[in-house]
Amino acid sequence: MSAAVTCRNLEKQYTKGKEVVPVLTGINLEIEEGDFVALMGPSGSGKTTLLNLIGGLDHPTGGEIEVGGVDLNDMNGRELAKWRSEHVGFIFQFYNLLPVLNAQRNVELPLLLTKLSRKQRAKNAGTALEIVGLADRAKHKPSELSGGQQQRVAIARALVADPSLLVCDEPTGDLDRETADEILGLLQTLNQEYGKTIIMVTHDPLAAERARHVLHMDKGKLVTDAGVEV
Amino acid sequence: MSLFSLMWANLFRKRTRTTLTLLSVMVAFLLFMLLQSIADAFAVGPQIAGNDRIVVGAKYSQIDNLPYSQKQQIMAVEGVEAITHTTWFGGMYQDGKSFFAQFPVMPLEYFEVYSELMLEPADALQRFARERGSAVIDIGLVDRFGWQVGDVVPLISQIYSKKEDGSRTFEFEIVGTYSDNGRSSSFPVMLFHYERFRESVAFGGDSVSQWTVRVSEPDRADEIAQEIDALFENSSDPTRTTTEDESNREFARQLGDMGFITTMIMSAVFFTIVLLTGNTMTQALRERIPELAVLKTLGFTDMTVSLLVLGEAVLLCLVGGAIGVGMAFLLGPGLSVSLEEVLGSFEIAPQAALTGVGLSLVIGLVIGALPAITAKRLAIVDALRRQ
Ligand SMILES: Nc1ncnc2c1ncn2[C@@H]1O[C@H](COP(=O)(O)OP(=O)(O)OP(=O)(O)O)[C@@H](O)[C@H]1O
Ligand SMILES: [Mg+2]
Repeated sequence: MSAAVTCRNLEKQYTKGKEVVPVLTGINLEIEEGDFVALMGPSGSGKTTLLNLIGGLDHPTGGEIEVGGVDLNDMNGRELAKWRSEHVGFIFQFYNLLPVLNAQRNVELPLLLTKLSRKQRAKNAGTALEIVGLADRAKHKPSELSGGQQQRVAIARALVADPSLLVCDEPTGDLDRETADEILGLLQTLNQEYGKTIIMVTHDPLAAERARHVLHMDKGKLVTDAGVEV
Repeated sequence: MSLFSLMWANLFRKRTRTTLTLLSVMVAFLLFMLLQSIADAFAVGPQIAGNDRIVVGAKYSQIDNLPYSQKQQIMAVEGVEAITHTTWFGGMYQDGKSFFAQFPVMPLEYFEVYSELMLEPADALQRFARERGSAVIDIGLVDRFGWQVGDVVPLISQIYSKKEDGSRTFEFEIVGTYSDNGRSSSFPVMLFHYERFRESVAFGGDSVSQWTVRVSEPDRADEIAQEIDALFENSSDPTRTTTEDESNREFARQLGDMGFITTMIMSAVFFTIVLLTGNTMTQALRERIPELAVLKTLGFTDMTVSLLVLGEAVLLCLVGGAIGVGMAFLLGPGLSVSLEEVLGSFEIAPQAALTGVGLSLVIGLVIGALPAITAKRLAIVDALRRQ
C-alpha cells in the first residue's frame, strides 16, 4: 500500500513578537492509505497543529509534508484551498455547521465549489445524509438537532465531495459516551467499507481503541507508548 | 442552493437586527427620494425666458405700490417696446386654506409682454379682453382646483373691498387657461381684468405692484433700467428696476441653496447610516468568524469568502434602498396633493429612483469594505482556535 501521509522532519513554530514558540519539532510520520490512526497526547502537545498541517490548513515552517502523493510545501493559499475541497474532509469537536442553513444545505456547501449541477448537488448531499443515517432530518437547522446529530451532519459534509482523507479533531469530545460510540462506529464504517483514511485526534482511550493504530505526541514530538521519542 | 442563497440566508441570521437595519436604510432612502423630488420641483420653476424683459418695482419694499400714472413715462423711454403691470390682489379661496396669487392685468398688454404664454380655448384672449368679469388661469390651477372654463370663482380679498357695499368678495368667471408650451409655472396665477379691478375697489384702484417692460434691444436692458429708475428717483415713488435675467439669477441662486441644503441633509443622513450599519456589520462579522473559517476550510478561497461578506452588505443596502424608493412612489401621490400648493408641481422623480438605487449600491460597498477585508485576511487556524 502507498502512503497517504508522509512527514519528514516536519517543524512548525509560531512567532509572538520577538519570541519564537516551537510547537512541532521534527515530526517523522508515515500513514498508509486506508489506515485509521488515533493521535493522542497531553493538551498543548501539538496535535491540532499537526492535524492542520496534514489537512493543508497551515504551512509548516520546516521539513516536508506530502499528502496523497502531493507535496503541500510548494502550494500557495489558493492551490491549497482547491486541493482541500477535493481531497480532505474535516470534522471538528464543535461540529461547526452554519446555523443559518438546514442539514441538507450544510452538507451541500462543499459542492458549491464543484461543477456539479444543482440537481446533482442536492442528490449527492441527500446520499451523504443517508450514509450517516440522517436523511429524515434534512430540513432541520443545526439548532433543531442534538449534538450527535449535528456531528453526523458534519461527517456527511466531510464526505460529500468524496475525499480520500478525513481529519477529525476530537470528534467525540463534546458528546456523551453512548453518542460518542455511535459516531466512532460511523467513522469505523467509513474506514472499513468506504476505504477512507482517517486521522483522529482524541483524549479518549476508548475512542483510540477503535482505530487501527495509535500515535502519541508529547511536546511537539511523536513518542512511543512508553514516552520515548520515535 | 447557490452562493446567493447562502448570502441571503446569512442576512436573516438575526431577524431583529436585520429588520432594524433594513428599516433605517429604508427610511434614509425614502427621505432621500422626497428631498430630491422637492429639490427637483424647485428646479422646474419658472423658466420664463426673456432677457428682453425688465421688471420695475418700488425701490424700498416689495409691498409698496407704484402709481398707475408712471405708465406713460416709462413707455416714453427709448427702447421700451411694450409694458404691462401686475397688482397683488391677495384673494383667498375657500376659508383661506388654499393660497394662490391673483393679479389684475390689462389682458392684451400682459400677453403681448409674456408672448410665450399660450391661451386656450381659441377665443380666450378675446373674451378676456372684452368681458370685465372674466379671468384666465395658469393650467397649474386647473390641476389643483379642478376648475373649468365657465366656472365662477369667488375670492375674498385681504386687501381690497368693493366700492358699492364694502364687501370683500369678488367673483370671476374663468374664460380660459394659459401655459408655457403646456407647462405650468411653479408659481401659478389667476389673471383678471384690470378695468374691473379699478372700477370696483373702494380705494387703491390705481395701484401697481410691479411693471414688466419689454425692451427692443436686450443688450441695452441695463441702460434702460437705469434710465427708468432715474425718471422717478426724486418722485414720491422711486423705483428699482432689474432685468428679468437678474431676477432669474437671483432665483437660480436660491435654487442652488435648496440643492445645497438637500445635499447637506442627505450627507448627514447617509453618514449616520454608514456608521450605524457599518457598526452592525462589523459586529455581525465578529460573531461569524468561526463560520468564515469553516468556509475557508472547506475550500472557499479568501476572495470568495470576502465577496460573500461584501455581497451581504450590498444586498442589505439594495433591498433597504429599493423598499425606501418604492415607498416614496407609494406615498408620493398623497404628498403631492399638499406639496403642490407650495411647490406648484411635485412628483417623485424617476431619475431620483435610479440615483437612489445607485447610491444604495455605493453605500453597501462602503459598509461592506471593512468586513470584506477582515474576512479576506482571516487565517483559518487562528479563527478556529478562537471559538
Ligand atoms: N497561533 C499560535 N500562536 C502561538 N502559539 C500557538 C498558536 N497556535 C498554537 N500555539 C501553541 O502551540 C501549542 C500546541 O497547540 P495545539 O493546539 O496543537 O495543541 P493540542 O495538542 O491540540 O492541544 P489540545 O489537546 O488542548 O487541543 C500550544 O502550546 C499552543 O499554545
Ligand atoms: Mg487541539
